[in-house]
Amino acid sequence: MSQAGQRIGVFVCQCGRNIAGSVDCEAVRAYAEKLPGVVHTTVNRYTCSEPGQAEIRGAIVEHSLDRVVVASCSPRNYEPIFRECVAQVGLNPYLMTMANIREGVSWVHMGDVPAATYKAQEMVEMAVAKARWLQPLTEAVANVAPGALIIGGGIAGIQAALDLADAGHQVYLVEKAPSIGGKMAQLDKTFPTMDCSI
Amino acid sequence: MMDVGRHPKINLMTYSQVESISGYVGNFSVRVRKKTRYVDEDACTACGDCAVACPVTAPDEFQGGLSTRKAIYIPFPQAVPSAYLINADECLGNNPIACGKCRDVCDKDCIDFDTQDEVVEFDAGTVIVATGLDIFDPTGLSEYGYTRYENVITSLEFERLISSSGPTEGHFVRPTDLQRPQRIGFIQCVGSRTLPTPGFPSQGANGRGHPYCSNICCMNTVKDSLLLLDHYPDTDITVYYTDVRAFGKGFEDLYRRSKESGVKYMRGLPGQILEDPATRNLRLMVENTMTGELETNEHEMIVLSLGLVPPEDQDLVKQLLTLSTTEDGFFLESHPKLKPVDAPTRGVFFAGCAEAPKDVKDSVTQASAAAARAQIILNQPTIQLEPVVAWVDPELCTPCGRCVRVCPFHAITGGDAKQKIKATVIEAMCQGCGTCAAECNFSAITIRHFTDQQIIAQIDAALAHHPHQKILAFACNWCSYAGADLAGVSRLQYPPNARVIHTMCSGRVDPDFVLYSFQKGAAVVLVSGCHFGDCHYIDANHHTAKRIERLRSQLERKGVRPERLHLEWVSAAEGQKWAQLMRELEELRQSVTLEEVQDTTELLRSRRKV
Repeated sequence: MSQAGQRIGVFVCQCGRNIAGSVDCEAVRAYAEKLPGVVHTTVNRYTCSEPGQAEIRGAIVEHSLDRVVVASCSPRNYEPIFRECVAQVGLNPYLMTMANIREGVSWVHMGDVPAATYKAQEMVEMAVAKARWLQPLTEAVANVAPGALIIGGGIAGIQAALDLADAGHQVYLVEKAPSIGGKMAQLDKTFPTMDCSI
Repeated sequence: MMDVGRHPKINLMTYSQVESISGYVGNFSVRVRKKTRYVDEDACTACGDCAVACPVTAPDEFQGGLSTRKAIYIPFPQAVPSAYLINADECLGNNPIACGKCRDVCDKDCIDFDTQDEVVEFDAGTVIVATGLDIFDPTGLSEYGYTRYENVITSLEFERLISSSGPTEGHFVRPTDLQRPQRIGFIQCVGSRTLPTPGFPSQGANGRGHPYCSNICCMNTVKDSLLLLDHYPDTDITVYYTDVRAFGKGFEDLYRRSKESGVKYMRGLPGQILEDPATRNLRLMVENTMTGELETNEHEMIVLSLGLVPPEDQDLVKQLLTLSTTEDGFFLESHPKLKPVDAPTRGVFFAGCAEAPKDVKDSVTQASAAAARAQIILNQPTIQLEPVVAWVDPELCTPCGRCVRVCPFHAITGGDAKQKIKATVIEAMCQGCGTCAAECNFSAITIRHFTDQQIIAQIDAALAHHPHQKILAFACNWCSYAGADLAGVSRLQYPPNARVIHTMCSGRVDPDFVLYSFQKGAAVVLVSGCHFGDCHYIDANHHTAKRIERLRSQLERKGVRPERLHLEWVSAAEGQKWAQLMRELEELRQSVTLEEVQDTTELLRSRRKV
């Protein structure tokens, strides 16, 4: 639930020159600072590096952050890493979100610093807006029953059954015909080796 | 096969049918019916005395009906389990007074006419679907005369006739005169690569065949030709083909060997086969499409190289595991390139022809892959369930049942208006695509981590300043967002006016989000997702397409230019397409004036609030 008193931290990544080459990261940070709910902002050279992550963890503790926005690369790359990072200091990993200012900005608007910076600022604004509504989520855990059901005892079912059983798992192999072997058993020879099928 | 029978970790249930499967990944409850064999499987030594005594003969299925077996029989000599069984429909012993000859001669006393089917129940963490294939039935192709002419046989009958364990003990003879045929023709693509014929089914007794390539038949015929020449070097073989597809490792060598051995390959399929009543030879007319000549050839035997079709009885498995099939009728995988072994239902995997026609090597490869994938689950005592799932607010659910109908994973139960049962999400089955939430007219469904509030907040932020200069873009995680990332990685340059909102699936895009964006002043709205067939949520993007279609007419009715709402499928590999799309949409955006945007806001003002 979005509420007053939220404490959001924004971490703007330069990614070396990858982002900083086209985006004025300091201007993005300064913009983020004024957004509602934001209590801490910083620019990192490489946010994904260990010093960058340490800075996030330190800031969460020091400023009692309850939401984190990382403005860096695509969440398709580093979201799992930043989730793990915030979780290390006890923040629910789903209270972290990202603004993709590298693949979505600096790399596709190269050399146009004003336009890229403006877009990056607005994307951080969008991420902060989303962050305000983030909720902690927990991954439910279910027990795994031992054993695998394999439906069909042709060549594929046989191979899967043997692999799983050899790995030590209980296998239930169900075949509708009175014998396993399937269509393959009816073949005289098989290509490309021209050997017997049974 | 023998290894399976004696493996201590394999519980082999033959002559059995899965009756029900319930539950979800890690926790499937299974019920299997073991049909009675009337012969004690463990005690039977397969001595065969019973079959000698049995007075009933029946066609032998294993030999393709080319020879007979008894009512008590073993499917084939190497069968696993190595045990006889009685076909109750054929046996006279239902009434032991009528006949009990097999029981009388069985030294081990393992025949009992009173045994019943047994129902076995157990739990399993994963399921591997290896339901295989059926062979196309060519009787509907009347031009080839299968069953009308005895010397027209199928490729499977060929296998039995050339096999040393076959009905002729490997002496290759033709059915009419039991003489060895000298001139043999093979016809390829029987039931495969066939365009639909109006008024005819593709399968069944009148079936004309399927559009897809069955993958194995070319190489099977190449193999058959070499087998024949190996046994009888003087055989004259002609193969009538569409294209010879010898694409696998070692395949081209085999094909070349066949050609070098004198097998004639003629490009063209015969239009008709006629039998000479005197000789029972077969005459066929064919256009050689390489020369354009019409030729008439005579063969003593013709082999129809049959395509593969999905098994008739796979629908039960499909239902039990909420699987889908592709247009060809084979099971749909989770993703054609990245998850070819996974079923869309988590914890279920495919092996072999269940997913698509494939040869022995590919079946074995996929089976090992499926076993490895299954072990990712089985090697852990517990499994983490995805927290990005749907939740139905019972206070708001009406229940209309629309969410139940669109859920690609059948993960929503209830939603029954007549019985007044509210919809409930089975979280372990939900994959979090959000299609249900977009379909719900009562905002009763929340998609965790992609909630309405979170998305509306992003729209508000994106359109907070100069909205008429903005393209608001929704991009699905798996394809379009990845395609946009690829444009970035490739450093493709495009105008900076789009603001992207990341969703797991384009199916999450609620029509309200689109209308709200226009109301807020967006010049252009883009909804982008995976191409049809590529959707990571089976067919959720079909619902996207329908919604966008409806929205466009709705916008048009209200006086808003419908082309300002754009739908595009962009795959993860289409960075170029994304960049081009951005350029085109920017052109479109520039055609939208501030006045038009203000009009739109006015026109949409009356709609209900999100």
